[in-house]
Amino acid sequence: MIAGQTPLKVSIAATLASVLLLAVVFELIRSRRLRERYALLWVLTGVVLLVLSAWRGGLNTIAGWVGVETYPPAVLFAVALLFVLAVLLHYSTVLSKLSDQNVILAQRVALLEQRLSEESMPEAEQEHAPAEAAAPASPAR
Amino acid sequence: MKKLAIVPAYNEEGAIGGVVDEIRAFDPEFDVVVIDDASSDRTAAAAARRGARVVRLPFNLGIGGAVQTGFRYAFDGDYDIVARIDGDGQHDPAQLSALLPVVLGEQADVCVGSRFAGADGYRSSGVRRIGIRILARTVSLLTGQRLTDTTSGFQVLNRRAIALFAQDYPHDYPEVEAAVMVHKHRLRLAEAPVSMREREHGSSSITALRSIYYMAKVLLAVIVGMFRRSATPVQGG
Repeated sequence: MIAGQTPLKVSIAATLASVLLLAVVFELIRSRRLRERYALLWVLTGVVLLVLSAWRGGLNTIAGWVGVETYPPAVLFAVALLFVLAVLLHYSTVLSKLSDQNVILAQRVALLEQRLSEESMPEAEQEHAPAEAAAPASPAR
Repeated sequence: MKKLAIVPAYNEEGAIGGVVDEIRAFDPEFDVVVIDDASSDRTAAAAARRGARVVRLPFNLGIGGAVQTGFRYAFDGDYDIVARIDGDGQHDPAQLSALLPVVLGEQADVCVGSRFAGADGYRSSGVRRIGIRILARTVSLLTGQRLTDTTSGFQVLNRRAIALFAQDYPHDYPEVEAAVMVHKHRLRLAEAPVSMREREHGSSSITALRSIYYMAKVLLAVIVGMFRRSATPVQGG
């Protein structure tokens, strides 16, 4: 059984793409648009893809292991897809946490507002009354 | 001179009261603010009972977010000196006497209590100790200053450092990145030897696996941080 070989051009293109990904991630972290906590998985993705792209022997060997005999770069797609799935799943957990925290924040703010308005009842009524009179047609209030 | 002790605490109802008392005993002029990082136990009540001011976070922010809340409190309240002391009792407030003179004497803007800069030994689990060493080496290399304990949260800071950290403070394991930030903003960092106590209550929130995760994260942050050209502008330092 002869294992397939990775074409050189594919290897070069994939390497360039991986380097580009790493460079973008680096720049995003540097300019504080991406937190390290969320960048770690991207860095890992970039490094793994870079290694598999540049090291053709390694990619061919791994392709042999998993039974991809004709076209080893297919493994590259599979690995990239796996990492993208991991990143997405990670984001789902982050999103869930954020929405939980958002609920807590909204509740805390509402409770604070209620307590504040109770503590300063007379002033609050004076302030609110003219404002409502001035804008009687605002439906969302 | 207004002095504030910032005590971050997460589920430390057993230890927090003693910590507050010890800070008061060391110097009654210190105002004590306990940042309760959304504890599920009665940490906030225990701290308030001993006369500390308590800031309760609505949900767990982690040590960096909790401590920064304290720095914001200090900045808004025009404090001149901040002492950072962990709420678990491992830092002995009496040893502030080693840190305070360094900052009050203008020898440094931040003075960190180090477990390894002399004094007696400190026992720590294997992985964690190696992690602490690797981080210390990295930070020493990046800052060009020999630092032995970059993960110590036992610190004294002056107004310049308070202003910086009120505005920008790293997240988990913040002390390592903070050391690099201090260097990048041309503030002076010093270490003073202290000994730390074994935890009195509860268990450390950092396991071996998490240590590795944090180390990768912190190293990434520190290394990328060195490529940041513009320092965070500091107001009113």
